[in-house]
Amino acid sequence: MSDSSIPNTKRAKREAEGPYGKVGQALNELDDRLGIAKGGRTFMDKIFPDHWSFMLGEIALYSFVILLVTGVFLTFYFVPSSALVVYHGAYKPLDGQTVTQAFESTVNISFAVRGGLLMRQMHHWACDIFVGSLVVHMARVFFTGAFRKPRELNWTIGLTLLILAIVNGFLGYSLPDDLVSGTGIRIAYSIMLSIPFVGTYLAFFVFGGNFPGTSVIPRFFILHVLIVPLIILGLVGAHLFLLVRQKHTQFPGEGKTEENVVGSPMYPVFIAKTTGFLFIVGGVTALLGAFAQINPIWQFGPYDAARISYAVQPDWYMGFLDGALRIFPSWEFTGFGHTWPLNVFIPAVLFPGIIFNLAYAWPFIERKLTGDNEIHHLLDRPRDRPKRTAAGVAVLALLAMLFIASSTDVIANFFHLSLNEVLWAMRFLVILSPIVAYPIAYKICKELQGIAGGGKRKTPNLVTRTQEGEYLATPTPRYAEDVPHELHPEKVPTYIEEEPDEPAESGVRTVDR
Amino acid sequence: VSDSHEQRTPVVIGTVSENDPHLQPAAKNPDTVEHVIAFTFILGFLGVAGFGAAYWVNAKPWILGATMGVGLTFLGVGLVAWGKYLMPKGPFVEDRHPLANSEADRNAFAAAIVERGTGVVKRRKMLAGLLGGGLGVFTIVAMFPLLRSLGPLPKGTLFHTDWRKGSFAVDQTGRRVNVGELAIGSIVTVFPEGTENTDRGQAVDQTVLIRISDENYVTQKGRETWGPKGYVAYSKVCTHLGCPVGLYEQELQVLVCPCHQSMFNVTNGAIPEFGPAPRPLPQLPLYIDADGYIRAQNDYDQPVGPGFWERRTT
Repeated sequence: MSDSSIPNTKRAKREAEGPYGKVGQALNELDDRLGIAKGGRTFMDKIFPDHWSFMLGEIALYSFVILLVTGVFLTFYFVPSSALVVYHGAYKPLDGQTVTQAFESTVNISFAVRGGLLMRQMHHWACDIFVGSLVVHMARVFFTGAFRKPRELNWTIGLTLLILAIVNGFLGYSLPDDLVSGTGIRIAYSIMLSIPFVGTYLAFFVFGGNFPGTSVIPRFFILHVLIVPLIILGLVGAHLFLLVRQKHTQFPGEGKTEENVVGSPMYPVFIAKTTGFLFIVGGVTALLGAFAQINPIWQFGPYDAARISYAVQPDWYMGFLDGALRIFPSWEFTGFGHTWPLNVFIPAVLFPGIIFNLAYAWPFIERKLTGDNEIHHLLDRPRDRPKRTAAGVAVLALLAMLFIASSTDVIANFFHLSLNEVLWAMRFLVILSPIVAYPIAYKICKELQGIAGGGKRKTPNLVTRTQEGEYLATPTPRYAEDVPHELHPEKVPTYIEEEPDEPAESGVRTVDR
Repeated sequence: VSDSHEQRTPVVIGTVSENDPHLQPAAKNPDTVEHVIAFTFILGFLGVAGFGAAYWVNAKPWILGATMGVGLTFLGVGLVAWGKYLMPKGPFVEDRHPLANSEADRNAFAAAIVERGTGVVKRRKMLAGLLGGGLGVFTIVAMFPLLRSLGPLPKGTLFHTDWRKGSFAVDQTGRRVNVGELAIGSIVTVFPEGTENTDRGQAVDQTVLIRISDENYVTQKGRETWGPKGYVAYSKVCTHLGCPVGLYEQELQVLVCPCHQSMFNVTNGAIPEFGPAPRPLPQLPLYIDADGYIRAQNDYDQPVGPGFWERRTT
């Protein structure tokens, strides 16, 4: 049986293939042409730190992947046109209404295209998750000092990605031309008008004339599905390239230094975990799309510039701007023959401009303040940099208060307060929040610095009385499971082939493979 | 079977031995974990297969999402668990080599740029200047087709609406509003006749018509004839950001903008009493013709809507 010719052919074949079989052969063919063996090997061994906070950027990346996939689906059915049609579709309450093709096609995606509603809702949820995870990822990078030299450029790219994500989110939810989004577009138009010197021209060039015109839907469409995503894609590529080139940062710990990276190798551990995580992000987005209704435009109805509904609010990431617009005083001045609509320009243009430019400049501001021009790969614990942490908390507190201020009318209604009280409360809270948050965060950092083994479980103190009647408190040792027992990191095993007959040396083992 | 074990490839595992804890799985009992993961993979498989079935029979959207979501999540959880608990737990390390090159390499690079490059430019300053000038002019000129073609110049379009002397006030269906139609305290959105179905009519000309009383109503000095038989009309475009001022609080006699809660007192020239709106809503002067129709005496005496740079009147 065994001396039939089949095994011999097999063996001959295998010998021809070399020790790594078909895969090895294919890799050799690739290496002949691209010279990837060495670099590919290094890439497979790239180490990814195991800390959970490094996952936040992955959420952003994978929600962007979901945005691309669901977005491609939607472009097959969406008609970016302001042309008017009479709706006669599956959703009967709208039957006979004159609507734009953009609105009609969005309703059709929701009711007539198989799987369309799910794709729409997943797309919208993925966007909210995308921007949210970008913000949290950025907060992690900020509070741990990961933006320091040599990573200032990647901080800049990341911040640009956040801005583009917000802009593209706004462009996207403007496309269905429903009552809520149309109102949002009008507000955007009015904000452009408020810019001194160039505002009117800017608004007319963006909208192709006076509001609303017929250009805005097709223009927003091409920006939303091609131009902005293309820039985002390019910057994501640059972001990841820099991440590989500069290697990951890491928290201090057993065996971790400025000269190494400790964690799991790319292949197979990280690939398995990150691919699984892609599925989880996709799964959670699908569950949200299935069970949490978002942007039901058929309930809002088509846009009509003369109609409006109660509680008009943008998507969450625009909330801080809406809140700023609500609570800013009604300052509009006339001078030098011109109108200065500061009531709009300051909260909606100047304020976000200052916030984002401050964020862009932060690595350089901090370098100036600390005089620290060293290269850093080990991360800070936020408590160890109390001033930076407190500054970040202050800005986040300000933005959070502005976000809450975008619901003044809902708060007033819900708690049966007068709108006036809520407005003035929010004005004070917005101004006070950073002033109060800074010292509190600073103090908490300082206190945490003083606690040895902070974050670990407390052990009881053993109180003893001496012969003289004196009481002594002695801390008991740490719980066994709280004592870190991290292994010292080792190099990724290198499976290098040997000459078959060479005897194994000491420290060298032969194993089955 | 013997065949697969026949060829043993001796390998070196770096400094790590076969039994090294780094190569062991993180799970204490890998077999149990393997079973659990197999179970999640089966659930994930059932989920995505169910998604296919649900799509096939055109099930409700929530069933599509639930099957896809459950399937992907279980597959993902299983895969993460596989990587986390069954693969070598490490930790592993790689060296980080400084990015900066040696002093000599840096100097060579800088020299190539500075010496070679600027040397060429310095010797031919005029050429560099002409080239730079040409490119600069092109940049400016290229802006014209790229930017200027995007839209018409604003000109006077922001200063006027389509209300003219004698325009009939019609509602959204195009019906002319007659003096007997509105009860006191009622409100209707009106447009100059002919614009009620146009984008511009809805965006710019929209006007709220309120009946405040039976008598001629004077909202401000100088507007003695503007409110015949208690009918007053204000632009519906909020002076803050252009939302329609769509909420009428009859008890307080204010118009409220739902976007940012500006409140305009309709008995007093629609001056803003609350919120971020900086200016009153412009009032439309009305008259009632011989047939009892509400008509405009003229266009608004100032631009409607939010402020802009070229706006001169306050």
